[in-house]
Amino acid sequence: MAYLNITELQKHYDNYHALRGINLAIEEGEFIVFVGPSGCGKSTLLRTIAGLESSTGGTIQLDGRDITELASSKRDLAMVFQSYALYPHMTVAENLSFALRLAKVDNDIIEEKVKSVSASLQLDKLLERKPKELSGGQRQRVAIGRAIVRQPKVFLFDEPLSNLDAALRVQMRLELARLHKKLGTTMIYVTHDQVEAMTLADRVVILNAGQIEQVGTPLELYRSPNSRFVAEFIGTPKMNLIPLDNVIREGDVLHLKLLEASIDFPVSRIHGPLPNQVTMGIRPEHMHLVESGGDLTGKVELIEHLGSEAYTHIRLANDQTVIVKAPARTNIKDGELVHINVDRAEVILFNESDRVFSVVAED
Amino acid sequence: MKRSITRLLMAPSVLLLLAWMIVPLSMTIYFSTINYNLLYPGRNNFVGWLNFEFFVTDPGFWIAVSNTLILLISVLVITVVLGVALSALIDKPFHGRNIVRVLLISPFFIMPTVNALIWKNMMMNPVYGIFAWISNSLGLEPIDWLSDYPLMSVIIMVSWQWLPFAILVFVTALQSQDTEQKEAAQMDGATGWHIFRYLTIPHLARPIAVVVMIETIFLLAVFAEIYVSTGGGPGYDSTNLAYLIYNQALLQFDVGVASAGGLFAVVLANIVAFFLIRAVGKNLTV
Repeated sequence: MAYLNITELQKHYDNYHALRGINLAIEEGEFIVFVGPSGCGKSTLLRTIAGLESSTGGTIQLDGRDITELASSKRDLAMVFQSYALYPHMTVAENLSFALRLAKVDNDIIEEKVKSVSASLQLDKLLERKPKELSGGQRQRVAIGRAIVRQPKVFLFDEPLSNLDAALRVQMRLELARLHKKLGTTMIYVTHDQVEAMTLADRVVILNAGQIEQVGTPLELYRSPNSRFVAEFIGTPKMNLIPLDNVIREGDVLHLKLLEASIDFPVSRIHGPLPNQVTMGIRPEHMHLVESGGDLTGKVELIEHLGSEAYTHIRLANDQTVIVKAPARTNIKDGELVHINVDRAEVILFNESDRVFSVVAED
Repeated sequence: MKRSITRLLMAPSVLLLLAWMIVPLSMTIYFSTINYNLLYPGRNNFVGWLNFEFFVTDPGFWIAVSNTLILLISVLVITVVLGVALSALIDKPFHGRNIVRVLLISPFFIMPTVNALIWKNMMMNPVYGIFAWISNSLGLEPIDWLSDYPLMSVIIMVSWQWLPFAILVFVTALQSQDTEQKEAAQMDGATGWHIFRYLTIPHLARPIAVVVMIETIFLLAVFAEIYVSTGGGPGYDSTNLAYLIYNQALLQFDVGVASAGGLFAVVLANIVAFFLIRAVGKNLTV
């Protein structure tokens, strides 16, 4: 029995099925990130856990207690909103203490808690200010502080960093990670930004069209996605997906045929029967430009220099474009013919219905 | 050079506006210091403060002042309290909300004279008014509103007229309230009443100040409703300052005393405005 259990959760709007049977078990102290494209249901799922939306089926259990029908204030959760949702007519101190004052907590205790929270978030000099006198980052910290003061069982974050500028976002991301380490409280975090998902999460939940596509640690999702959706969603630039010309089985080995290339792939790394049409997935950093030989030949169309590395867009003989990572100071020029070597251990195979039927090679 | 041309070009409109204000004001001041009764033309001698003395010692004067203030405060309280309550009530989506809103706003489009006639003849008439019918159906004695509770009747009519204005302002203001704030409060354990008390009311502070100020301007000068319904009576029971001045000028034909009364009304309006702006005006800076 996990800490937070979501079973067969459904959410119907008038004519829209937003959550289609969500099953998820979250352990105490985990940092879980819901990620997916817009409209995938990640915010709806969070709001349903929070009790701001009612579910139309399924159950949510927190710490052994069924909270599905409970009012959001009785769920022992705290939420940080995208717009921060600070109370504009109250000072920072009043914002922080609002929940405690409503709960009629002793004044001395309130003061003590506000003091310790504001000190840990460097808000102690701003306690008498109103929200509109604060910068974006400070407002963000007040919103987080307001959640911490209540010592909830679970923190919910609804795209909390998306209103901040890029530099501040990186800084707040670090502060959040540090905060999670310090408090050790379970956190659920919604974002559409895969970098936030990868850097913050203990486990990432990828949602697509109201369903969970895959759950796993960031590295698991990166190395062994179980569908084309996850493979394409995680990683920048995207994984290369190349339809193969043919796959021939010879004893214990599959020969993956693509143009002039024939890549050997052990049969032990696939499960299920061999589909008719196979697509090969390979990340840009698992293909290498070589002087001669190599598996494939193509013409360089475009080089993107990122400083620490470069990404070359290469058009193959069948007009398919692949992206290959190259060293930062590559001397390859546009229009040049190059040879590409494929790292066999990192090849992933997809069937016609875009599911993965291979397993990653053991290290 | 450039500045003088600007001044020259602006001068006509400034002068026109100045004349627009100065001429009636100075005429009023002038009339208030002379003996000017329409029944005795030609005897317009200077009388000093006598007109003011007559006006202030008029038996209806203090009643009119207190009636003016009672009317003002009562209508302000009724329209603001009911306005906030009704706006909050129709803020949540429900079936037919648009129709309800239009119905709530529509009294504002009815002119004060018609408003008073409707209340006088169709609602409050002790013989065939709707209130009388309700009393009769319950076996109670019908109330003759206009004679027994004249000031209250006027307050009801004027409130009915001005409530839509308050609702119009508050409904619009409520729509700009942030829903995430309410949700955050909900998660903080706030009940509907807490959200209303700690989020909605502070959010409405500025619109309330605006409603109070605008209504004050008009409520100090309520006239049509009184003229059409009670005629200021019985006695002076529903006479306010505006009606008393009318009474002096056009029923007793004493323009001099009426002018003195008009100047007194200006002073009263300033005193009221001073206190009101002190009381609600600080909300405007939030």
